Amino acid sequence: MKQTLLSLSNLTKQFDGKKVLDSLDLEIFDGEFITLLGPSGCGKTTLLRMMAGFEHPDEGSITLGGQDLTHTPPEHRPLNTVFQNYALFPHMSVFDNVAYGLKMEKRPKEEIQQRVEEALAMVQLEDFARRKPHQLSGGQQQRVAIARAVVKRPKMLLLDEPLSALDFKLRRTMQVELKRLQRELGITFVFVTHDQEEALSMSDRVVVLKGGHIQQLGTPREVYERPANLFTARFVGETNFFPGRVDAANGDDTITVDVFGLKRTFRKPDFPVKEGQGLHVLLRPEDIRVLAPEDEDGVAGKIVERNYKGSTLDSVIHLEDGTEVLASEFFDEDDPTFDYRLGEPVKVSWVDGWEWLLPTEPEALPEEEGTDA
Amino acid sequence: MNRWLPRTYLTLVYLLLYVPIVVLVVFSFNESRTGYEWGGLSLRWYEALFNNRAMVQAMWNSLWLALSAATVSTLIGALTALALHRYRFRGKKVLNGMLFIVMMSPEIVLAISLLALFLLVGLQLGYVSLLLAHVTFCLPFVVITVMARLSGFDERLPEAARDLGASDFTMTRTVLIPVIMPALLAGWLLGFTLSLDDVVVSTFVSGPSYEILPLRIYSMVRVGLKPEVNALGTLLLVFSLVMLILSQWILLRSKR
Repeated sequence: MKQTLLSLSNLTKQFDGKKVLDSLDLEIFDGEFITLLGPSGCGKTTLLRMMAGFEHPDEGSITLGGQDLTHTPPEHRPLNTVFQNYALFPHMSVFDNVAYGLKMEKRPKEEIQQRVEEALAMVQLEDFARRKPHQLSGGQQQRVAIARAVVKRPKMLLLDEPLSALDFKLRRTMQVELKRLQRELGITFVFVTHDQEEALSMSDRVVVLKGGHIQQLGTPREVYERPANLFTARFVGETNFFPGRVDAANGDDTITVDVFGLKRTFRKPDFPVKEGQGLHVLLRPEDIRVLAPEDEDGVAGKIVERNYKGSTLDSVIHLEDGTEVLASEFFDEDDPTFDYRLGEPVKVSWVDGWEWLLPTEPEALPEEEGTDA
Repeated sequence: MNRWLPRTYLTLVYLLLYVPIVVLVVFSFNESRTGYEWGGLSLRWYEALFNNRAMVQAMWNSLWLALSAATVSTLIGALTALALHRYRFRGKKVLNGMLFIVMMSPEIVLAISLLALFLLVGLQLGYVSLLLAHVTFCLPFVVITVMARLSGFDERLPEAARDLGASDFTMTRTVLIPVIMPALLAGWLLGFTLSLDDVVVSTFVSGPSYEILPLRIYSMVRVGLKPEVNALGTLLLVFSLVMLILSQWILLRSKR
């Protein structure tokens, strides 16, 4: 059903002896919105530039619809790029910027005129054709860059952090705009970002990258609710990590885990477990319930921070052993005990079945912050 | 009191800059033969200037030399700047430093070494030797002007052009050169002016077959100042003003 459009296999790239991509494999499906997500220096931009043809892999290959593109120069690839700072040609009008790609194809004049007008109409900039890029706002320049890239009807659109230079509100508008464009055009979007919220809200699939390796590949929901490892869990959203110890592996598909002295029964995880083994119990702030101190259930602690967020109330709770817990609760107007004061003793619990288990990993050395490659 | 001090100072500075020029222009229209008395308005020195065939010939020679030297050095300089900007290669730093050495070294050193070189290879002194010498001292200025523009150049622009289907050559023609055009123009003008009023190097490498204006004026002044020189100076002034306005106009138009 899902057809592979672009496939990357065994891609390896070194810059000055440092591995930026390490035998990476990835299949991109026709018509999907896929996001490369990761911190600075994780290799996401290098990966995108390799698809566009601006970088060449040391090893591995890139094929598009069965055709090998590994050594094809950028001008002969049926893909187009939207650059981070737009890269509009400053000496050309908006019209000439958008027409550039079609002129390179030596299209007849009437066709160019018509297609450029269509592309500009699509991004609602018909009235700006005669302007120069510097006479436009950041959001308008962004839209010209998109029109310029899609006017050639590429098989795939590559977007390199296209929204990072826009302010928060405009960013939101452009996110919706991009999704609409992708649906209307039906072409594959490969989107690079370091903003996990942007990645989750826009994509069909998310590729989480670190150190030139794919950490996880899945739908936004899978990545958020079932992170494959501690890195993904930490990088995507906020997470509470509770130390657990396997108390008993039960006959049915459950295990009993000791968390802060509480005995909880969890579904058996994908990784092998044995009695006495330590593991991480992951709970998102919205999974946490803050209860009154006299409640039987839960772990004792006290409130150290309360942040009113409008739709939610975010708290930080210090447990007795010093663990810090983040909780994010929706308002419940019927609950009189809902609002706790700072310093007030409470108990912390969670909804069973909402937890996610990960094995303990050997503690990695602190990562040095690399430059974005 | 305190307000007057800066104003007086500024006035003095501007007087110092412009009085000689104004005197030159005014006295070029002076009927009188001597430079210190006013004898009424006249164009006789302009007439004398244009009747002085050697002078007119020297003027054309100078213009042609400046034009060709500026053009050749802009062509070579732009390519050098592009190479230094785009590619990484061995000896790049040395090459870069050598440009500054040519620029910083006293002109007389350049003059003597060029003369020695031309004599060694047996080059006849004339237009060709002058052109080679002028291109040599103009080149670093052009390279540095163009490099300054390239350092502020968005590296994504060539990539965007390639991405949209342009070959390297087409990209250079349609994106790179138009964007660095103001720098090319500025470099050309700089070269033109440097070449037009150069005396030191030209004295050494010019021959009797190709006389140029600065040397001609210099030899005229040595035997006594003639009012013709004032007329010539005025013409050169008008010419450079026109060039300046033209270049500013082109720059403004390219920005719009």
